[in-house]
Amino acid sequence: MKAVIVLEDGTFFEGRSFTGSGEAVGEIVFNTSMSGYQEILTDPSYTGQIVTMTYPLIGNYGVNKADMESASVHPMAFLVKEYNDYPSNYRSEGTLADFLRQYGVLGVEGFDTRALVRHIRTKGAMKGIVSTEDLDRDSLVARARQWSGLVGQDMVSRVTCREPYGWADNRPVPGTNFATAQSGLNNPHKIVAFDFGLKYNQARILTDKGCQVQVVPASTDAETVLAMNPDGIFLSNGPGDPEGVPGVVATIRSLLGKKPIFGICLGHQLLGLAYGGSTYKLKFGHRGGNQPVKDLTTGRVEITSQNHGFCVDMDSINPEEVELTHINLNDGSVEGMRHKKYQAFSVQYHPEHAPGPHDAMYLFDRFLKML
Amino acid sequence: MPKRTDIKKILIIGSGPIIISQACEFDYSGAQAVKALKEEGYEVVLINSNPATIMTDPELADSTYIEPITPEMVIKVIEKERPDALLPTLGGQTALNTAIKVAEMGALEKYNVEMLAANIDVIRKAEGREEFKAAMESIGLNVPMSVIVHTLADAMAAAEEIGFPVIVRPSFTLGGTGGGVAYNRHELEELSSSGLDLSMTTEIMLERSLLGWKEYELEVMRDSKDNVVIICSIENVDAMGVHTGDSITVAPAQTLSDREYQNMRDAAIAIIREIGVETGGSNVQFAVNPVDGELMVIEMNPRVSRSSALASKATGFPIAKIAAKLAVGYTLDEIKNDITRETYASFEPTIDYCVVKIPRWTFEKFPEAEDLLSTAMKSVGETMAIGRTFKEAFQKGMRSLETGRFGFGADGKNDLGHLELEDLESGLRRPNSKRVSYIHEGLKRGFSIEKIFALTQIDPWFLRNFQQIVEMEGVIRERGFQGLDAAFLRRTKEYGFSDYQLAFLTGTSNKDVRGLRAKLGVTPVYKLVDTCAAEFESYTPYYYSTYEQENEAVASDKKKVIILGGGPNRIGQGIEFDYCCVHAAFALKEIGVESIMVNSNPETVSTDYDTSDKLYFEPLTLEDVLNIIEQEKPSGVIVQFGGQTPLNLAVALEEAGVPIIGTPPDSIDRAEDRKRFQQFLQKLGLRQPDNDTVYTLEEALVASEKIGYPVVVRPSYVLGGRDMRIAYNDKEIRNFMAIPGIAGGEHPVLVDKFLKDAIEVDVDAICDGTHTVIGGILEHIEEAGIHSGDSSCVLPPHTLSPELVEEIKRASRAMAEELGVIGLMNVQFAVKDQNLYILEVNPRASRTVPFVSKATGVPLAKLATKVMMGMSLEELGFTREVEISHWAVKEAVFPFDRFDNVDTLLGPEMKSTGEVMGIDDDLGLAIAKGQLATGSTLPASGSVFISVRDSDKQSILAPARTLVEMDFKIIATRGTAKFLESHNVPCERVNKISQGRPHILDKLQDNQVAWVVNTSLGRRTTEDSYSIRRAALELHVPYTTTATGAVAVVMAMKAMREKEIGVHPVQYFTREGTKR
Repeated sequence: MKAVIVLEDGTFFEGRSFTGSGEAVGEIVFNTSMSGYQEILTDPSYTGQIVTMTYPLIGNYGVNKADMESASVHPMAFLVKEYNDYPSNYRSEGTLADFLRQYGVLGVEGFDTRALVRHIRTKGAMKGIVSTEDLDRDSLVARARQWSGLVGQDMVSRVTCREPYGWADNRPVPGTNFATAQSGLNNPHKIVAFDFGLKYNQARILTDKGCQVQVVPASTDAETVLAMNPDGIFLSNGPGDPEGVPGVVATIRSLLGKKPIFGICLGHQLLGLAYGGSTYKLKFGHRGGNQPVKDLTTGRVEITSQNHGFCVDMDSINPEEVELTHINLNDGSVEGMRHKKYQAFSVQYHPEHAPGPHDAMYLFDRFLKML
Repeated sequence: MPKRTDIKKILIIGSGPIIISQACEFDYSGAQAVKALKEEGYEVVLINSNPATIMTDPELADSTYIEPITPEMVIKVIEKERPDALLPTLGGQTALNTAIKVAEMGALEKYNVEMLAANIDVIRKAEGREEFKAAMESIGLNVPMSVIVHTLADAMAAAEEIGFPVIVRPSFTLGGTGGGVAYNRHELEELSSSGLDLSMTTEIMLERSLLGWKEYELEVMRDSKDNVVIICSIENVDAMGVHTGDSITVAPAQTLSDREYQNMRDAAIAIIREIGVETGGSNVQFAVNPVDGELMVIEMNPRVSRSSALASKATGFPIAKIAAKLAVGYTLDEIKNDITRETYASFEPTIDYCVVKIPRWTFEKFPEAEDLLSTAMKSVGETMAIGRTFKEAFQKGMRSLETGRFGFGADGKNDLGHLELEDLESGLRRPNSKRVSYIHEGLKRGFSIEKIFALTQIDPWFLRNFQQIVEMEGVIRERGFQGLDAAFLRRTKEYGFSDYQLAFLTGTSNKDVRGLRAKLGVTPVYKLVDTCAAEFESYTPYYYSTYEQENEAVASDKKKVIILGGGPNRIGQGIEFDYCCVHAAFALKEIGVESIMVNSNPETVSTDYDTSDKLYFEPLTLEDVLNIIEQEKPSGVIVQFGGQTPLNLAVALEEAGVPIIGTPPDSIDRAEDRKRFQQFLQKLGLRQPDNDTVYTLEEALVASEKIGYPVVVRPSYVLGGRDMRIAYNDKEIRNFMAIPGIAGGEHPVLVDKFLKDAIEVDVDAICDGTHTVIGGILEHIEEAGIHSGDSSCVLPPHTLSPELVEEIKRASRAMAEELGVIGLMNVQFAVKDQNLYILEVNPRASRTVPFVSKATGVPLAKLATKVMMGMSLEELGFTREVEISHWAVKEAVFPFDRFDNVDTLLGPEMKSTGEVMGIDDDLGLAIAKGQLATGSTLPASGSVFISVRDSDKQSILAPARTLVEMDFKIIATRGTAKFLESHNVPCERVNKISQGRPHILDKLQDNQVAWVVNTSLGRRTTEDSYSIRRAALELHVPYTTTATGAVAVVMAMKAMREKEIGVHPVQYFTREGTKR
């Protein structure tokens, strides 16, 4: 089935849907990972976005339950060069096309994805629309422009959990105050994790490392959290513009200094705001599994998994209080920071990987050492 | 960390001659390393015996030793040069093994030389089977259950425990030589004995068979601060059981979920750390059980490899260059990525295309050997193709192979329709060089993916892609030419179909399809290989074609020339031609002309994006080349440097209006076409052996009768003497003409009088259309009848009279000028009874050009390029030939030990894979160096076995006498012994095999023979002595199969005995003023 991809500046591509009919509006972004499409699709940080994979052959190894990073698929649409319909892998439980159909997400193949990526790289991320229903360019451009975009929007409220849950037996179990968190651990650390769009692997890793993880909705207030008396607080990743998320910054600010805090991605950006700083939107973001980050405290380079469109402006933060700990070696952007007075640190990238390299796992240990 | 300043001079060991499993890739890595280290201000000393390499160009390293890569010679270089450090990881297994020996001999300690990148303990830990296994277990990784044994008896016992089938792997050998799969005790016995023998340490490992598991490779790099990155993942299409070098492979890995891939990545990183490779690149091979994902480590190479060259070309990340910089102390985050200019080498390349590598085999050269792929590598070259889909890349790869094919079937050449089901299934089940054709046939017959998987163990993902290509083939056939609309044509191109296939399937011609594409605007675009999937802007113009929307190639308005490369290595066409293409690019740069390289061989220097101004990594078919020409609109195209591959396109390119520069294609035709050539020689009053041109068997018989046996027969328009034979009678003519494709083919068959016992001479000359300068005259050591690529030769001629040499020069000049050669020309002469015969004239770069250039210091290919660009030899200051006072000897290197049941006898069909050079002021020592460089040894004492045909008896007399004078004992069979004794040469008689035991084989097996001289001609004697030669080969007893060769070897032995063998850099011989 014919499908068209139209950007707000009028750029036009023609492809084929491999999931049936549909239409979606969103910010068009690209991811350079060569594997891990299922984890990308189930990462809540992609809410409001249309994801293009730069690697051209997608679907090769199918999909499975174990690689879910949340309960559903979040991008508005999924764009690839060639969909491969015959998955081959012992872990595969179904095809990617069926998976996307199940979650009502449009999949499009058969067009010059590299040209699209180059366009975004030069012009910056932009609004776009993908449709099999309306093939008229002008009408599509108009509708793409009408969309609100991500800047200043609260996307977190769309993905955060409605009810708190504990992480046990490799799945979320509704319940609060660690009642449903993994049992049978020896002398566990208790971690409250704010769900701004949390990837399951964050909970998996913390649990594997002997923590009990209590996940709470983004809107949970500081008193509620402190009442659970956790050993540490974890701020998850999540979608959209940190400055569009209401209330959370104040909550974080009142938790600072009370409990050790570790933030990832949106969690890192929200910490930055809580430190009194600001964030800005990158031209086209970092999305992929090959971003080199230097840990300034050790001089070591790690290859990281990333997915972010916004970035903390280090100049807006008081260097007396907060120090830069990690930088991106490609563009020098901020990748990590540490509060000098309080037990708080954060990184822009994804030490929980899934997908991506495992190089940054040490950060979880760094966090556990603080507790 | 900045670069080290405590070391100033670094010695690099190259990999020596091209052999199976060590080809151009080590010239690519070595040349990169030398350049990188020079750039950093280090003084670089190089040893490599292969003159056809770019790395041995005298202007590259500071001192270049074209000397045998043996521990003794390396130590001599160290004594002379006193380097601070030795970098052993860039010259393949040869360099690594040699470095270990040099270290073990105490030379590094004695001269205070530091081993960079990987020290001896690291190498041992990675290469010693037991050490490696222990290391893997210590980091929690699995290796297949295995047992190390040193004796046959232990091997038999161990196999009982492991269970059959069992894999036999000798330690410390190249490309798994001698390894294999044993399914029963009998096979185990055979494989174990040969494996123990081949192993440097008389050690083999028996291993649990992982046949049918999926196979992967990761290319890993580490710096001195312990930063580790993965450059590329590679997945083998062929499952475990086929050597990686013989597998079709794909980058990146296709069928691993991220979790599995990252676990493999973790393992690779843990391995490079545990083994302790301090800096540089390593390659780790894994096997994955397709049923449950179980991961096994197969092996790791603590050095750059064939796969790292492939990974470099596949990603744009220059592994060897970075490895060299890491070795001198830089860290990954200090080295810029050339391609993006802004980012650093501390990242992992990501690619947005699919890369397919397909091996090139030459089983047709060894018809006695079984076409069966196993754990010992058999392929001689490879091609790589890049596409946006696997299907596109795979079909491009298939048409890059230079096997006359135009894709995955659908070109009318599969020819398997007649196969019985059983034979088809057997062709699928047993890995062989034509297995993809069997897959195509199976899919056409409707075999399911499950069925083909069960037979081949090739992952269903690949099979599904193959199936889609075959399905598309059906649709194209059904729609026909009329059905080729723009959208559908695009679709077929996305599936990689060539115009040739489309024409075949629609019953039209290439021209029809090309015309239609042009009319419909279905033309390719070019995309960049940029290491980063377009995330950053890139500056390196390294392109591949595909059929999509956006074209990234920008044609400049500069004056520019396209150089067509040689495609995959095969016997007859190898690194020598790549050397010439690279020099063409260098020469164009020197005169300010933009150079554009087109080639499909990932091993080469020509496909280094640093070599030319632009690189198109594309198949060398007419369609693909014309597309690039339309894109670039060059002022000229060079076809005479890349060997037969571009030459075959010359006429069609010219017809299409492409400006071919240099010698016009008509002159090439005048030299190739027998009738025209005859007239040409008659005009110049030159002589050639009686000859005729025939098409049918009847004509061949008549012609041979008329000319008189023996005759040389061969198809025209081939390189490397493919299917060339010497026929002694009608029966042999009948056999020859019965070879498929010979009689009634497109090209005629040439019949020449065979000049028995003539001396062959090769001449390389350069001509600017009016003036000719002789580059070098090479006298062959072996007599006429042995392919020039297989002969050893001496420069300058060592037995020809000055008058004859003058006559050769005169004739060469006359021919060059009459043909109107602009550029290079090679002539093959034969001298018989002081008469000069012209065997062949080739107005193009020959295989000997790099050898001559190294021996004389004259960069012939560069000069020729400039001549082709319109400069005169006078302008270039090259008007007189260079007279040298030293000797340069070329020796050929053969792959016989790779193929069972193959005779080592030389003949008119080329069999060698590579060459070495021995260079010295003394002829005997030059010959000796050539021998040593081939890996042969020159015995200093012991018994020499001599058994020669009657016509060689006279010539063997003098060397036999010399041997006796040097206290060798001579053993001979009856006829030879009788002759020698009658001439007062004492010898001991030994039985031929047919004469009963104890016979010569017993003596060979008991290590009682130090050298075998065995000559024979014609089938009869050949069969008798075959087993002697084969035994010598397998027992590693030096052997010589010609009388002239024996004379030369004796000369070398004498020189070795009487003189001290020394080492000199090639600059010493060729740089004016530096000598004597």
